[in-house]
Amino acid sequence: MNGIDPKTLLPDTGGENSAAGLDSSRHKDRKDLVFVNLGPSHPATHGCLRALCALDGETIVAAVTEMGYLHRGFEKDCEVHTFQQVIPYTDRLNYVLAIMNNVGYCKAVERMLGITIPDRAMYLRVITCELNRIIDHLVCAGANLVDLGALTNFWYSFNAREKVYNILEKLCGARLTSSYTRLGGLSRDAHPSFADEVRAVLKEVKKSVGEVNNLISKNRIFLDRTQGVCVISKERALSYGWTGPTLRACGMDYDLRKAEPYYHYDDFKFEVPVGTQGDTYDRIFVRLYEIEESANIIEQALKKLPKGPVMTDDKRVALPPKQETYGNIEGLMNHFKIIMHGICPEPGEIYDFTEAANGELGFYIVADGSKNPYRVKCRPPCLMNYAAFHEMIEGGMVSDAVANLGSINIIAGELDR
Amino acid sequence: MGMTGEGFPAVTTRRDAVVAWGQKNSLWPMPFGTACCAIEFMGVAASVFDISRFGAELVRFSPRQADLLLVAGTVTFKQAPILRQIYEQMCEPKWVISMGVCASAGGFYNNYCTVQGIDQVVPWTSIFPAVRPGPKPSWRRS
Amino acid sequence: MKNEEILEKLKQKHPQAVLGAADRFGYLEIQIAGASIAEVVKTLRDDPEFAFNMLIDLVSIDYSATQGWTGERFALAYLFKSLTLGHRLQLKVTVAEDEPVVPTISEFYANANWLEREAYDQMGVRFARHPNLKRLLNHHEFVGHPLRKDYPITKRQWLSANESLMDEMDVRLKAKGYQ
Repeated sequence: MNGIDPKTLLPDTGGENSAAGLDSSRHKDRKDLVFVNLGPSHPATHGCLRALCALDGETIVAAVTEMGYLHRGFEKDCEVHTFQQVIPYTDRLNYVLAIMNNVGYCKAVERMLGITIPDRAMYLRVITCELNRIIDHLVCAGANLVDLGALTNFWYSFNAREKVYNILEKLCGARLTSSYTRLGGLSRDAHPSFADEVRAVLKEVKKSVGEVNNLISKNRIFLDRTQGVCVISKERALSYGWTGPTLRACGMDYDLRKAEPYYHYDDFKFEVPVGTQGDTYDRIFVRLYEIEESANIIEQALKKLPKGPVMTDDKRVALPPKQETYGNIEGLMNHFKIIMHGICPEPGEIYDFTEAANGELGFYIVADGSKNPYRVKCRPPCLMNYAAFHEMIEGGMVSDAVANLGSINIIAGELDR
Repeated sequence: MGMTGEGFPAVTTRRDAVVAWGQKNSLWPMPFGTACCAIEFMGVAASVFDISRFGAELVRFSPRQADLLLVAGTVTFKQAPILRQIYEQMCEPKWVISMGVCASAGGFYNNYCTVQGIDQVVPWTSIFPAVRPGPKPSWRRS
Repeated sequence: MKNEEILEKLKQKHPQAVLGAADRFGYLEIQIAGASIAEVVKTLRDDPEFAFNMLIDLVSIDYSATQGWTGERFALAYLFKSLTLGHRLQLKVTVAEDEPVVPTISEFYANANWLEREAYDQMGVRFARHPNLKRLLNHHEFVGHPLRKDYPITKRQWLSANESLMDEMDVRLKAKGYQ
């Protein structure tokens, strides 16, 4: 202003238009704020979430979040169902990656029972889990990019997703909520052409990811809207208990498949993509790179896929073959015991975890010796992400909040259980 | 078109007639997606199943611009007042589709927090009774 | 650090607080006196030998329906993980039915705020000095705590209107300097 002190332009009466009124320390008046609810029914809330935002212009100065709009009583329902009957309920925790939830739950109960599942079942679990991880990341990236206005990516990622679902449908008879695992193994073996079909689909997936990558990685609008937006520091993310791709985007090289491997994950060669900034951009790209790594794991697992049964022969959990049930009394008794009396682990408590697509999915199960679990507590990775949401969006724009919400991938079924 | 039985809130008709009626009037749906079914509604709208063939591709996220409310997913007691509010914000004539058994009757969530059917909250006109019906029934049965 | 070393170390640091230990399928569980949970958690987080920098989960359990149960009715299990040292630990605190109050640990871990709210909502365990002990999953007109064993699973409660959330917003705005 050519050396003119702005305060001399207007006589400072302390009123609304005074230059002193522009001073940030005096400008904080609640009358200037507009309160806007994001959600609970909002196209970009990816389920039912609610964030009450106090807006100054388009800047969010303060935000408060609320959850529980999809609280369907998973944990109470578990207590009145048998250990096997809980499996369909776990499907609906994070409904984008149903098999991962099945595996997480079954692995915990199997450890409680002291059952080791056959190798073939382990490899098939790994393959289907990684297929689920691909689906989750495709849905997350696709939906997130729609929120940013890039609708084309949604078609690309959903085309690939449909093809993966076709395989899963052929494998277990259902698309989304598949209940593929059983305690002690899997509900059915893979069909003979399974490996070839998966390999063909992986090519499609890689092509789709490449197309999405081409569309966004040098797109100025995308870069401006995601880089440096809604940053969270590594320390804060740890304090919030973040795990999975969102934590890795903050620069923590932490993946349970590497840190505490299960199901032969230590035999596979794969990289863990790690971000540097902890912004929306890193979170999207960590997911896109993870799709490629999952495809690598699946290819290796298909090569190593051993022959053999997919169900343990432990009589406590495995139903006898039908000819045994109808042919002799032991088989009939065994069948009757499992169906009528259920599977009863010894009294005890266990916490077991797997690396789901969103992070550490844990199940804390208390058994009291009966056929129903006494208490099941699910550790949802989404909850930790969403707990930090209000802190991340404060100071940013409303549109950044929407972009951020997609990148931390909140699935309400898992969040609220 | 005819009513089935006394007091039973159902209408029978021919599928072709409903599809033709939908294509003619080009319903604008508002997805009230809460859970698993909402993910499948994304599949209905996406390129493979492509609901735009039936003239319903223009998904509106504002109830004031929509004439078909598609309740996809479980409705909890915490969600119920919001569903009611959205229904009341829609202009006449309006229709409601309850997608999946959770919205229609609570499904296998028979517990303390789940509404046992959205007919307790809004009047619905059409149901897809399967558990998480998937994209195919969304247009096969309509 | 191995499980036995963690137990020994914690016994040295807090001899009064440690009541016992158990092995939960390879996962060390240490029983802690409820009143001293906050200081134990502070040690676990800040001591470089423990370095438990992540609170994995908080589980609340109602033991009243187990056969022959004689102890306190409720228990809380705090699950920790150290990303730098790679070890895991679970603390267990029993909570009496007539006065279910435990000190909060929300000042040490950011996610403890919501996890404690969930435990309060679902099980009715209260956390002393918690900054905002409201229900998390159930609606604000809900009466009772659904995960208690004496709450009938089909006892449904309608909600008339959703919360405005302005009470939480006021606190947040004050912290940001708005009057």
